[in-house]
Amino acid sequence: MLKIAKSKLNDLYAKINESMGLFIPVKVAGEVDYRVWSEGKEVSLETLKTVKSPKSMFFPQTENLMKFVKEGKNIEIIDVREDFDQRKPFVLFGVKACDYKAIEVLDKVFLADPVDTYYQDRREKTTIITTACSKPEDTCFCSVFGIDATNPLGDVTTYLDNDYLYWQANTEKGENLTNLVKDLFENGGEEKVAEIKENAKKVLDCLPFKNLDLSKFKPENLNELFNSDKWQELSEACLACGTCTFVCPTCQCFDIRDFKTNKGVVRFRCWDSCMYSDFTQMSHGNNRTTQTQRFRQRFMHKLCYYPSQNGGLYSCVGCGRCVNKCPQNLNIVKVIKALGDK
Amino acid sequence: MQEIQAKMKARAKELLESGQVARVIGWKKGEFIYDNSPATFESVEELDNFVYDYFCGSNLSKYLIAESKKPGKTAVFLKPCDTYSYNQLIKEHRINKDNVYVIAIECLAKLNAETIKNLADGFVTGVSVEGDKVTISSPYGEKVVDKKDVLLTKCSTCSKTHVAGDEQIIVYNFEKPSTDRFEKVKELEAMTEDERFAFWRSQLSKCIRCNACRNVCPACSCVKCVFDNPASGISAKANDDKFEEQLFHVIRAFHVSGRCTDCGECSRVCPQNIPLHLLNRKFIKDINQTYGEYQAGEETEGKTPLTSYTVNDAEPNEVVNGGK
Ligand code: SF4
Ligand code: SF4
Ligand code: SF4
Ligand code: SF4
Repeated sequence: MLKIAKSKLNDLYAKINESMGLFIPVKVAGEVDYRVWSEGKEVSLETLKTVKSPKSMFFPQTENLMKFVKEGKNIEIIDVREDFDQRKPFVLFGVKACDYKAIEVLDKVFLADPVDTYYQDRREKTTIITTACSKPEDTCFCSVFGIDATNPLGDVTTYLDNDYLYWQANTEKGENLTNLVKDLFENGGEEKVAEIKENAKKVLDCLPFKNLDLSKFKPENLNELFNSDKWQELSEACLACGTCTFVCPTCQCFDIRDFKTNKGVVRFRCWDSCMYSDFTQMSHGNNRTTQTQRFRQRFMHKLCYYPSQNGGLYSCVGCGRCVNKCPQNLNIVKVIKALGDK
Repeated sequence: MQEIQAKMKARAKELLESGQVARVIGWKKGEFIYDNSPATFESVEELDNFVYDYFCGSNLSKYLIAESKKPGKTAVFLKPCDTYSYNQLIKEHRINKDNVYVIAIECLAKLNAETIKNLADGFVTGVSVEGDKVTISSPYGEKVVDKKDVLLTKCSTCSKTHVAGDEQIIVYNFEKPSTDRFEKVKELEAMTEDERFAFWRSQLSKCIRCNACRNVCPACSCVKCVFDNPASGISAKANDDKFEEQLFHVIRAFHVSGRCTDCGECSRVCPQNIPLHLLNRKFIKDINQTYGEYQAGEETEGKTPLTSYTVNDAEPNEVVNGGK
């Protein structure tokens, strides 16, 4: 195990940034999100729940897929992927255990056949540094999904206390990165890390949602859950804003649209939300005609449809972002409690 | 506060039991102390979860667009600010007011759960209000803070009193501190153009385009928003920087100007805490200056400054300069 004084972290960021891109939680106008690091930015590794999750590093909110350029009667098709080999490798720093698990959930979607080459390129070029949680929040319920917040994986795992950042490489990619920055570190920290974990466990043990019961959410209960009469009440205050889907680290739906420019068309994709009335619009309209149906889709997908296709893996990781951010305080915990009992 | 809640609950019970109303819109308890949700109660049994406390910041008036079209009367609890939105929705013929029974309730100013959570290091186990002090408990200890520092933004400069109500529930005659709601707008006006641009760029660069601000807004009551219409030719879902920062929010602020009652819901719901209300307040301030004092939602009828012409209206060049 290696350690570096927190006061020297800026040197670490600068060193990484010399040869690689660096995405890290940065505070802008009061809110922390993963952004490109540059000298002078206010980094906040301690922030557990960035507003947007790190998924936007692999699956950006808006992304060009291809371009059609018109010249006279010719249309030239430009595949933006041809530029991918010029992209620098990058480091994603500060990922919490829940968000790391969420990347596994996304991988199963984007890297399954047919592979999403846009996602894959970014994914392969990234070295992920996770940061263990020292102070879980009241809305955290990662442990319900078997995630250990004190021991996230990734290429490198880091731990924080008041004075130091502790660093442990886990993979070859992690070792390579370590070699690059080793000079900035000193050895030691095992005991401190054990202490950090110990303290965090104490907080985890008194979290209000730690005993959420998921046993009801099994594929064989799909029809019963789908037809429950509780959805109406659960969704009645929903604004259909989609905040919950955009802050969620595992929500993965996107729309593909064409943008007309003077010289042709840019085809892009952007995040979409099952909470929206024009989601998966078909010629006859949307197949979910009420907000209750759309609301149900979001939670059934997380707790039933996705696990039934992925060996029981839930596509909620208990990060609690939707619990924090829904303007009307509707969320997956309320759904699990209402439908999960008995 | 508990006294107000008890009276409200008792009234809701009476109204439902006697059949005077078919439903009551209020708030129900959440999982924590701070996460109440708007709710419709259709029976006395459902009232078990009824709550009214310092975390009932959401404005219930917009739910009436749908609820007032249902059979039977709908009773609704409205705080002072909410009654302005209610009047404005009536003025715009969005609510069937014959089907609504308004109970105007005292608010005592609502608290901001997020600010409180930050003060409690993310783990809130208790919140109690005693006069102008708030005690926040967490596993890491207790903090006593000034209530004015943990209020919702919209409550911290509010001086509104009810402008609608078939009856009132007022217990404390809580006096609102007098503050200048245009203070921040004036700060922005005092900036140079570059500084102001930098301020809004950095704020709006956070936007995730979730549309919470629009969907919660009582002035945004179009049946289908142009940005939701795939045939409109506007790539509304793409969170593109230029469009985002220069157009969407400004268009929306223009669209609701003269109709925005300054209920402050947009800033309350924004997951990125973008101070959207400052855009609206700038328009309100300019309207006041250019056309004379006007408060949207004060009346359910009558002319409005931006939709009526008078010979004394400001000339365009005055307006442009006034907007400086
Ligand atoms: S559940 Fe909440 S966050 Fe999600 S769409 Fe509805 S109101 Fe918005
Ligand atoms: S559903 Fe909510 S708690 Fe679960 S992963 Fe998504 S945002 Fe986090
Ligand atoms: S949900 Fe778990 S891993 Fe995620 S921030 Fe909270 S404690 Fe950390
Ligand atoms: S609520 Fe905030 S983040 Fe969402 S669209 Fe409005 S300004 Fe953007």
